Amino acid sequence: MAKEKMGTAIVITSGKGGVGKTTTSANIGTGLAKLGYSVVVLDADIGLRNLDVVMGLENRIVYDIVDVVEKNCKLKQALIKDKRHEKLYLLPAAQTKDKTAVKPEQMVELVNELKKSHDYIIIDSPAGIEQGFQYSIAGADRGIIVTTPEISAVRDADRVIGILEANELHDPQLIINRIRPDMVKRGDMMNIDDIIDILAIDLIGIVPDDESIVISTNKGEPVVMDEKALAGKAYRNIVRRITGEEVELLNLEENDESKFSKVLKLIFGK
Amino acid sequence: MDFFKMFTRKKENSKNVAKERLKLVLVHDRSDLSPRFLEMIKGDIVKVISQYAEIDESEIEIKMTKMKKEGNKSPVSALVANIPIVNVKDKKK
Repeated sequence: MAKEKMGTAIVITSGKGGVGKTTTSANIGTGLAKLGYSVVVLDADIGLRNLDVVMGLENRIVYDIVDVVEKNCKLKQALIKDKRHEKLYLLPAAQTKDKTAVKPEQMVELVNELKKSHDYIIIDSPAGIEQGFQYSIAGADRGIIVTTPEISAVRDADRVIGILEANELHDPQLIINRIRPDMVKRGDMMNIDDIIDILAIDLIGIVPDDESIVISTNKGEPVVMDEKALAGKAYRNIVRRITGEEVELLNLEENDESKFSKVLKLIFGK
Repeated sequence: MDFFKMFTRKKENSKNVAKERLKLVLVHDRSDLSPRFLEMIKGDIVKVISQYAEIDESEIEIKMTKMKKEGNKSPVSALVANIPIVNVKDKKK
């Protein structure tokens, strides 16, 4: 038996739906596993299971989180081993149950159990601030809030920050997803400073709006594995920051220029 | 004078519009002042001011907003009341 660990549970949440919580969870989980950590990604969105397809593990599901909570199976039996990474596991959500199937205290127990044998537990929270959200944050040690530069997403993020605070989950960190440098440049999209200024929380990373995310999701391979994609690099940076490393913020503008200079090089030679 | 500014100034950056709207809506969200509560405040203010002046009740506007205080970097919440006065009542009365 491996010696007992004391892992960290991180909940990925947003309030608003469709801002990229599941993609973020899959990429952070995979990224941490790539660095050699033992990781469980936990899909807390009961009834709307999706983390399995984003990770490409949908065909392997036998048991789910509700089976574990109701003791129809052992916790280990429900953990699905990732295809590509040795120490990465998925605990899938139930698809046919609703969000009353798991209670906050059960979630705390489950997460604490997982923390004993893994370094990181990444909890993919459902949208909204109702029941499902409440149990998904129970048992978490840290919170990461995902937003996009849209007014509605930032507003909901603000609300969630308040609720996390009220639930004693202090100092959540922010990921700003789907930034479009071209729109930011024209002044048609709120920039990083605008959003940080309004929400007044720490930034843990930015992710550009990148086609490669759609492509990688189509294939069931988190973009963090794609060495060439800018979004992949963005997630790799976020993962390193989660582990405590200091990594400079991805300069999206600079990347535009470097692309431009690459084109110049192609035309004019070196 | 500034040739380029002439074009960019034509319309305000939409991100600034978003930011301002967001700031305002968050003041409401963050303070637990419900519309009902604002109505109550409005009623009381009308009562007090009516003793001294005739006011146009249909034009009264009361809202929560954010304001920059002098010497204070971060904005503070403020209750802003716009009360049109039709006629000041006779003080002797």
